[in-house]
Amino acid sequence: MTSISTERSANSKVAEDDLIARILAGERELFHELIRPYEKLLYSMVFSMLRNEAEAEDAAQTAAIQAYTNLARYRGESRFSTWLVTIALNEGRTRLRKAGTLREDSIDALSEETGSDYTPALLADWREIPSAALERKEVRSLLENAIAQLPALYRDVLVLRDVDGLDIEETAHALSITPASVKVRLHRARRMMQKYLAPELKQYAPKSKGWLGGWS
Amino acid sequence: MRIDCKHVWEHISSYIDGEIEPELRKEIDRHLDHCSICSATIDSTRNIVVLVADDRVFEIPAGYSQRLHERIAEVINDEASKSR
Repeated sequence: MTSISTERSANSKVAEDDLIARILAGERELFHELIRPYEKLLYSMVFSMLRNEAEAEDAAQTAAIQAYTNLARYRGESRFSTWLVTIALNEGRTRLRKAGTLREDSIDALSEETGSDYTPALLADWREIPSAALERKEVRSLLENAIAQLPALYRDVLVLRDVDGLDIEETAHALSITPASVKVRLHRARRMMQKYLAPELKQYAPKSKGWLGGWS
Repeated sequence: MRIDCKHVWEHISSYIDGEIEPELRKEIDRHLDHCSICSATIDSTRNIVVLVADDRVFEIPAGYSQRLHERIAEVINDEASKSR
């Protein structure tokens, strides 16, 4: 059974804090190095909220600049990544608010999945969708739209944890919630994803299992 | 303890993350041995988690990184010229 890898090419916290100290001491150019491992994280976070490439890119840039100009306010108790995510989330929310499209999660969304009445998409069998299927734009769009349609409460957790590979603690820090809440929301987000996506993705399973017949 | 499908569904996420009590994992595995519906539910959920972690999802636009660093460079330069 394969376990889920959440590996990420980030600097160690020690190396990062050192980099930050040098930037604050005047080696401003080093900010390029500091932000580089998180470019994708910045973009995916704001894109999942804004759903528009140009707007997301602009928001990611703004968040990066805010991180630069406010770097002296970063306190080393959290990771730089989680601090950065907080800035990106705020930027995304500000833009949604301006556009009048910030939906606070409704009570319905919150209570919908609380009980034991939840039923997943029931499938008798599942043939694995290989990562190669992501070469198809329609498959990527299916996944992106499914994420975008999650209630924000669940979407933020899923994006940080499953898309960007932050761990439970980092996700909890970034969203100012407890690790227990991260787990509950992640669980609900994943099951909403399964319910919606499994029937849609089924058609992209490889048609043959690699050999003809199957009799032996 | 015998567990039913609904019980399994409550633990899907922690099961695929490997964050589950060994006893409970054993129970779930025993259930999965004979329940094709729950097996498919767990397999499809795990499959989706793997897919969304792929870099091709939320792919960054071409030139994004370069433009980001140009913007950062501008801000750094502005700052430097002001402090001069």
